[in-house]
Amino acid sequence: MSEHVHPKRFYVAVFVALVVLTLVTTTVAFVDLGRLNTVVALVIAVCKATLVVLFFMHLKDQTGLTRVVLIAAVIWLAVLIGITMSDVFTRHWVPSNGSWQASAVMQSQP
Amino acid sequence: MSAEAHGATLVAEQFDDFEQQKHADTFGMWIFLATEVLFFGGLFCGYSLYRNLYFEAFTAGSHLLKIEYGAFYTLLLICSSLTMALGVRASMLRRPTSLTVYLILTWIMGAAFVYIKLRYEWYGDYLEGLVPGLNFAPHGESLEIINRFHATLPHVGLFFIFYFCMTGVHALHMVVGVGLLTTLLIFTRQGKVTGGNYNWVEIVGLYWHFVDIVWIFLFPLLYLIGGRY
Repeated sequence: MSEHVHPKRFYVAVFVALVVLTLVTTTVAFVDLGRLNTVVALVIAVCKATLVVLFFMHLKDQTGLTRVVLIAAVIWLAVLIGITMSDVFTRHWVPSNGSWQASAVMQSQP
Repeated sequence: MSAEAHGATLVAEQFDDFEQQKHADTFGMWIFLATEVLFFGGLFCGYSLYRNLYFEAFTAGSHLLKIEYGAFYTLLLICSSLTMALGVRASMLRRPTSLTVYLILTWIMGAAFVYIKLRYEWYGDYLEGLVPGLNFAPHGESLEIINRFHATLPHVGLFFIFYFCMTGVHALHMVVGVGLLTTLLIFTRQGKVTGGNYNWVEIVGLYWHFVDIVWIFLFPLLYLIGGRY
Protein backbone atom coordinates (compact mmCIF):
# COMPACT_ATOMS: atom_id res chain seq x y z
CA MET A 1 0.00 0.00 0.00
CA SER A 2 1.70 3.16 -1.15
CA GLU A 3 0.98 6.74 -0.13
CA HIS A 4 -1.84 8.32 -2.14
CA VAL A 5 -2.30 12.02 -1.63
CA HIS A 6 -5.01 13.32 -3.93
CA PRO A 7 -5.28 17.00 -4.84
CA LYS A 8 -7.89 19.12 -3.04
CA ARG A 9 -10.07 19.47 -6.13
CA PHE A 10 -10.47 15.67 -6.16
CA TYR A 11 -12.31 15.83 -2.82
CA VAL A 12 -14.21 18.97 -3.77
CA ALA A 13 -15.46 17.25 -6.95
CA VAL A 14 -16.78 14.29 -4.91
CA PHE A 15 -18.39 16.77 -2.50
CA VAL A 16 -20.13 18.65 -5.33
CA ALA A 17 -21.45 15.36 -6.76
CA LEU A 18 -22.85 14.42 -3.32
CA VAL A 19 -24.57 17.80 -2.91
CA VAL A 20 -26.10 17.58 -6.39
CA LEU A 21 -27.40 14.05 -5.70
CA THR A 22 -28.91 15.23 -2.38
CA LEU A 23 -30.74 18.06 -4.15
CA VAL A 24 -31.95 15.69 -6.88
CA THR A 25 -33.28 13.09 -4.44
CA THR A 26 -35.06 15.76 -2.36
CA THR A 27 -36.66 17.26 -5.48
CA VAL A 28 -37.77 13.87 -6.84
CA ALA A 29 -39.65 13.20 -3.56
CA PHE A 30 -42.09 15.96 -4.56
CA VAL A 31 -42.84 14.33 -7.95
CA ASP A 32 -45.33 11.48 -8.15
CA LEU A 33 -43.59 8.55 -9.83
CA GLY A 34 -45.63 5.83 -8.09
CA ARG A 35 -43.52 2.88 -7.00
CA LEU A 36 -40.50 4.35 -8.78
CA ASN A 37 -40.13 7.00 -6.04
CA THR A 38 -38.76 4.41 -3.65
CA VAL A 39 -36.49 2.90 -6.30
CA VAL A 40 -35.07 6.28 -7.34
CA ALA A 41 -34.48 7.34 -3.70
CA LEU A 42 -32.63 4.11 -2.91
CA VAL A 43 -30.59 4.09 -6.14
CA ILE A 44 -29.44 7.66 -5.45
CA ALA A 45 -28.58 6.69 -1.85
CA VAL A 46 -26.48 3.75 -3.10
CA CYS A 47 -24.70 6.05 -5.59
CA LYS A 48 -23.89 8.54 -2.80
CA ALA A 49 -22.65 5.79 -0.48
CA THR A 50 -20.46 4.41 -3.29
CA LEU A 51 -18.90 7.84 -3.86
CA VAL A 52 -18.12 8.19 -0.14
CA VAL A 53 -16.73 4.65 0.17
CA LEU A 54 -14.52 4.79 -2.94
CA PHE A 55 -13.15 8.32 -2.69
CA PHE A 56 -13.57 9.70 0.85
CA MET A 57 -12.80 6.35 2.50
CA HIS A 58 -10.12 5.61 -0.13
CA LEU A 59 -11.37 2.10 -0.83
CA LYS A 60 -10.16 2.43 -4.40
CA ASP A 61 -6.60 2.79 -3.03
CA GLN A 62 -6.89 -0.12 -0.58
CA THR A 63 -5.74 -3.68 -1.01
CA GLY A 64 -8.09 -6.42 -2.21
CA LEU A 65 -8.23 -7.83 1.32
CA THR A 66 -9.86 -4.65 2.62
CA ARG A 67 -12.36 -4.64 -0.25
CA VAL A 68 -13.38 -8.19 0.62
CA VAL A 69 -14.44 -6.97 4.08
CA LEU A 70 -16.92 -4.52 2.57
CA ILE A 71 -18.19 -7.09 0.08
CA ALA A 72 -18.74 -9.57 2.95
CA ALA A 73 -20.65 -6.93 4.95
CA VAL A 74 -22.93 -6.18 1.99
CA ILE A 75 -23.57 -9.89 1.34
CA TRP A 76 -24.48 -10.52 5.00
CA LEU A 77 -26.80 -7.51 4.97
CA ALA A 78 -28.48 -8.88 1.82
CA VAL A 79 -28.88 -12.29 3.51
CA LEU A 80 -30.37 -10.67 6.61
CA ILE A 81 -32.93 -8.59 4.74
CA GLY A 82 -33.57 -11.03 1.88
CA ILE A 83 -34.30 -14.09 4.01
CA THR A 84 -36.41 -12.15 6.52
CA MET A 85 -38.54 -10.73 3.71
CA SER A 86 -38.87 -14.01 1.83
CA ASP A 87 -40.04 -15.67 5.06
CA VAL A 88 -42.61 -13.11 6.17
CA PHE A 89 -44.12 -12.46 2.75
CA THR A 90 -44.58 -16.12 1.78
CA ARG A 91 -46.40 -17.23 4.93
CA HIS A 92 -50.01 -16.77 3.92
CA TRP A 93 -50.11 -18.26 0.43
CA VAL A 94 -53.10 -20.44 -0.37
CA PRO A 95 -52.41 -23.70 -2.26
CA SER A 96 -54.41 -24.16 -5.48
CA ASN A 97 -57.19 -26.74 -5.53
CA GLY A 98 -56.16 -30.30 -6.34
CA SER A 99 -52.43 -29.69 -5.80
CA TRP A 100 -50.45 -31.94 -3.46
CA GLN A 101 -49.96 -28.98 -1.13
CA ALA A 102 -53.75 -28.59 -0.82
CA SER A 103 -54.22 -32.28 0.07
CA ALA A 104 -51.35 -32.04 2.57
CA VAL A 105 -53.15 -29.12 4.24
CA MET A 106 -56.42 -31.15 4.29
CA GLN A 107 -54.73 -34.15 5.88
CA SER A 108 -53.05 -32.07 8.57
CA GLN A 109 -56.42 -30.70 9.70
CA PRO A 110 -58.31 -32.90 12.24
CA MET B 1 9.33 10.56 3.85
CA SER B 2 9.15 11.46 7.50
CA ALA B 3 6.92 8.44 8.20
CA GLU B 4 9.97 6.23 7.89
CA ALA B 5 12.10 8.61 9.93
CA HIS B 6 9.60 8.61 12.79
CA GLY B 7 8.39 5.11 12.04
CA ALA B 8 11.35 3.48 13.78
CA THR B 9 10.09 4.59 17.18
CA LEU B 10 6.38 4.19 16.52
CA VAL B 11 6.08 0.72 15.02
CA ALA B 12 4.73 -1.77 17.55
CA GLU B 13 6.93 -4.81 17.96
CA GLN B 14 4.54 -7.24 16.21
CA PHE B 15 4.91 -5.36 12.91
CA ASP B 16 7.76 -5.47 10.41
CA ASP B 17 7.43 -1.83 9.40
CA PHE B 18 5.19 1.22 9.47
CA GLU B 19 3.43 0.29 6.22
CA GLN B 20 2.40 -3.08 7.63
CA GLN B 21 1.14 -1.47 10.83
CA LYS B 22 -0.81 1.11 8.84
CA HIS B 23 -2.38 -1.62 6.72
CA ALA B 24 -3.33 -3.63 9.82
CA ASP B 25 -4.89 -0.55 11.46
CA THR B 26 -6.97 0.27 8.40
CA PHE B 27 -7.99 -3.35 7.86
CA GLY B 28 -9.09 -3.65 11.50
CA MET B 29 -11.21 -0.53 11.20
CA TRP B 30 -12.91 -1.88 8.08
CA ILE B 31 -13.74 -5.10 9.94
CA PHE B 32 -15.26 -3.03 12.75
CA LEU B 33 -17.29 -1.10 10.17
CA ALA B 34 -18.53 -4.40 8.70
CA THR B 35 -19.94 -5.28 12.13
CA GLU B 36 -21.49 -1.81 12.25
CA VAL B 37 -23.20 -2.46 8.91
CA LEU B 38 -24.93 -5.45 10.49
CA PHE B 39 -25.62 -3.53 13.71
CA PHE B 40 -27.58 -0.93 11.75
CA GLY B 41 -28.71 -3.69 9.36
CA GLY B 42 -31.04 -5.15 12.00
CA LEU B 43 -32.83 -1.81 12.30
CA PHE B 44 -32.98 -1.34 8.53
CA CYS B 45 -34.34 -4.89 8.15
CA GLY B 46 -37.04 -4.33 10.78
CA TYR B 47 -37.95 -1.00 9.24
CA SER B 48 -38.33 -2.48 5.72
CA LEU B 49 -40.43 -5.32 7.10
CA TYR B 50 -42.89 -3.18 9.05
CA ARG B 51 -43.05 -0.56 6.35
CA ASN B 52 -44.36 -3.26 4.03
CA LEU B 53 -46.80 -4.60 6.63
CA TYR B 54 -48.20 -1.21 7.73
CA PHE B 55 -47.63 0.81 4.60
CA GLU B 56 -50.26 3.54 5.27
CA ALA B 57 -49.02 4.21 8.80
CA PHE B 58 -45.39 4.45 7.66
CA THR B 59 -46.33 6.77 4.78
CA ALA B 60 -48.28 8.98 7.20
CA GLY B 61 -45.37 8.90 9.67
CA SER B 62 -42.98 9.97 6.92
CA HIS B 63 -45.27 12.94 6.15
CA LEU B 64 -45.17 13.97 9.81
CA LEU B 65 -41.39 14.47 9.63
CA LYS B 66 -40.05 17.78 8.39
CA ILE B 67 -38.18 17.21 5.15
CA GLU B 68 -36.19 20.45 5.63
CA TYR B 69 -34.45 18.96 8.66
CA GLY B 70 -33.56 15.75 6.81
CA ALA B 71 -32.13 17.60 3.80
CA PHE B 72 -30.26 20.04 6.04
CA TYR B 73 -28.66 17.24 8.07
CA THR B 74 -27.62 15.47 4.86
CA LEU B 75 -25.90 18.59 3.53
CA LEU B 76 -24.30 19.26 6.93
CA LEU B 77 -22.89 15.72 7.12
CA ILE B 78 -21.61 15.84 3.53
CA CYS B 79 -19.81 19.11 4.35
CA SER B 80 -18.32 17.52 7.48
CA SER B 81 -17.20 14.51 5.42
CA LEU B 82 -15.42 16.87 3.03
CA THR B 83 -13.57 18.64 5.86
CA MET B 84 -12.73 15.24 7.41
CA ALA B 85 -11.35 13.96 4.09
CA LEU B 86 -9.30 17.17 3.73
CA GLY B 87 -8.11 16.66 7.30
CA VAL B 88 -6.88 13.16 6.41
CA ARG B 89 -5.10 14.68 3.42
CA ALA B 90 -3.48 17.33 5.64
CA SER B 91 -2.31 14.62 8.03
CA MET B 92 -0.74 12.67 5.16
CA LEU B 93 1.08 15.83 4.11
CA ARG B 94 2.15 16.41 7.78
CA ARG B 95 0.53 19.83 8.04
CA PRO B 96 -0.52 20.22 11.69
CA THR B 97 -2.05 23.69 11.29
CA SER B 98 -4.43 22.83 8.45
CA LEU B 99 -5.17 19.47 10.10
CA THR B 100 -6.25 21.33 13.26
CA VAL B 101 -8.43 23.71 11.25
CA TYR B 102 -10.17 20.85 9.39
CA LEU B 103 -10.69 18.84 12.58
CA ILE B 104 -12.24 21.86 14.31
CA LEU B 105 -14.57 22.49 11.33
CA THR B 106 -15.64 18.82 11.34
CA TRP B 107 -16.11 18.95 15.11
CA ILE B 108 -18.35 22.03 14.83
CA MET B 109 -20.55 20.44 12.15
CA GLY B 110 -20.84 17.17 14.08
CA ALA B 111 -21.78 18.97 17.30
CA ALA B 112 -24.23 21.20 15.40
CA PHE B 113 -25.90 18.09 13.97
CA VAL B 114 -26.52 16.60 17.43
CA TYR B 115 -27.56 19.93 18.96
CA ILE B 116 -30.06 20.83 16.22
CA LYS B 117 -31.51 17.32 16.29
CA LEU B 118 -32.09 17.33 20.05
CA ARG B 119 -32.95 20.96 20.59
CA TYR B 120 -35.19 21.59 17.59
CA GLU B 121 -36.33 18.45 15.75
CA TRP B 122 -36.86 16.00 18.62
CA TYR B 123 -38.14 18.70 20.99
CA GLY B 124 -40.56 19.78 18.25
CA ASP B 125 -41.71 16.18 17.85
CA TYR B 126 -42.22 16.01 21.61
CA LEU B 127 -44.38 19.14 21.61
CA GLU B 128 -46.43 17.78 18.71
CA GLY B 129 -47.07 14.57 20.66
CA LEU B 130 -45.09 12.28 18.37
CA VAL B 131 -42.82 10.57 20.90
CA PRO B 132 -44.07 7.08 21.82
CA GLY B 133 -43.68 6.39 25.53
CA LEU B 134 -43.22 10.01 26.55
CA ASN B 135 -45.92 11.98 24.79
CA PHE B 136 -47.74 10.18 22.01
CA ALA B 137 -50.95 12.03 21.25
CA PRO B 138 -50.89 13.41 17.68
CA HIS B 139 -53.29 16.31 17.35
CA GLY B 140 -54.27 19.07 14.94
CA GLU B 141 -52.47 18.92 11.60
CA SER B 142 -50.65 15.69 12.51
CA LEU B 143 -53.94 13.92 13.19
CA GLU B 144 -55.36 15.20 9.88
CA ILE B 145 -52.41 13.70 8.01
CA ILE B 146 -52.84 10.37 9.84
CA ASN B 147 -56.54 10.29 8.97
CA ARG B 148 -55.87 11.30 5.35
CA PHE B 149 -53.77 8.14 4.90
CA HIS B 150 -56.32 6.00 6.85
CA ALA B 151 -53.49 5.02 9.20
CA THR B 152 -54.11 3.58 12.66
CA LEU B 153 -52.51 5.35 15.60
CA PRO B 154 -50.58 2.39 17.13
CA HIS B 155 -48.94 1.68 13.76
CA VAL B 156 -47.94 5.32 13.38
CA GLY B 157 -46.44 4.90 16.86
CA LEU B 158 -44.46 1.94 15.52
CA PHE B 159 -43.06 4.17 12.76
CA PHE B 160 -41.95 6.69 15.38
CA ILE B 161 -40.33 3.98 17.49
CA PHE B 162 -38.25 3.02 14.45
CA TYR B 163 -37.58 6.68 13.70
CA PHE B 164 -36.30 7.43 17.20
CA CYS B 165 -34.28 4.20 17.49
CA MET B 166 -32.60 4.63 14.10
CA THR B 167 -31.88 8.35 14.35
CA GLY B 168 -31.06 7.95 18.06
CA VAL B 169 -28.44 5.26 17.48
CA HIS B 170 -27.09 7.36 14.62
CA ALA B 171 -26.92 10.46 16.84
CA LEU B 172 -25.10 8.38 19.48
CA HIS B 173 -22.53 7.48 16.82
CA MET B 174 -22.18 11.18 16.05
CA VAL B 175 -21.47 11.88 19.74
CA VAL B 176 -18.79 9.16 19.73
CA GLY B 177 -17.37 10.68 16.54
CA VAL B 178 -17.19 14.14 18.11
CA GLY B 179 -15.39 12.57 21.09
CA LEU B 180 -12.87 10.91 18.75
CA LEU B 181 -12.28 14.25 17.01
CA THR B 182 -11.64 15.90 20.38
CA THR B 183 -9.05 13.22 21.17
CA LEU B 184 -7.42 13.71 17.76
CA LEU B 185 -7.26 17.47 18.33
CA ILE B 186 -5.46 16.94 21.64
CA PHE B 187 -3.02 14.47 20.04
CA THR B 188 -2.44 16.87 17.14
CA ARG B 189 -1.59 19.69 19.57
CA GLN B 190 0.83 17.36 21.33
CA GLY B 191 2.47 16.67 17.96
CA LYS B 192 1.73 12.95 18.10
CA VAL B 193 -0.24 12.86 14.86
CA THR B 194 1.78 14.72 12.26
CA GLY B 195 4.94 13.51 14.00
CA GLY B 196 4.20 9.91 13.10
CA ASN B 197 0.83 8.32 13.74
CA TYR B 198 -0.99 10.19 10.99
CA ASN B 199 -2.93 7.00 10.31
CA TRP B 200 -5.07 7.73 13.38
CA VAL B 201 -6.73 10.49 11.39
CA GLU B 202 -7.51 8.08 8.55
CA ILE B 203 -9.05 5.60 11.03
CA VAL B 204 -11.29 8.24 12.64
CA GLY B 205 -12.09 9.49 9.13
CA LEU B 206 -13.30 6.01 8.13
CA TYR B 207 -15.63 5.98 11.13
CA TRP B 208 -16.88 9.50 10.39
CA HIS B 209 -17.61 8.70 6.73
CA PHE B 210 -19.39 5.50 7.75
CA VAL B 211 -21.73 7.45 10.05
CA ASP B 212 -22.33 9.82 7.14
CA ILE B 213 -23.28 6.85 4.93
CA VAL B 214 -25.78 5.62 7.53
CA TRP B 215 -27.48 9.01 7.35
CA ILE B 216 -27.37 8.90 3.53
CA PHE B 217 -29.67 5.86 3.82
CA LEU B 218 -31.75 7.10 6.77
CA PHE B 219 -32.67 10.32 4.97
CA PRO B 220 -34.53 8.73 2.02
CA LEU B 221 -35.94 5.85 4.09
CA LEU B 222 -37.44 8.01 6.83
CA TYR B 223 -38.10 11.37 5.20
CA LEU B 224 -38.44 10.82 1.45
CA ILE B 225 -39.96 7.56 0.30
CA GLY B 226 -43.37 8.38 1.74
CA GLY B 227 -43.58 10.88 -1.14
CA ARG B 228 -44.37 14.56 -0.69
CA TYR B 229 -46.72 15.17 -3.60
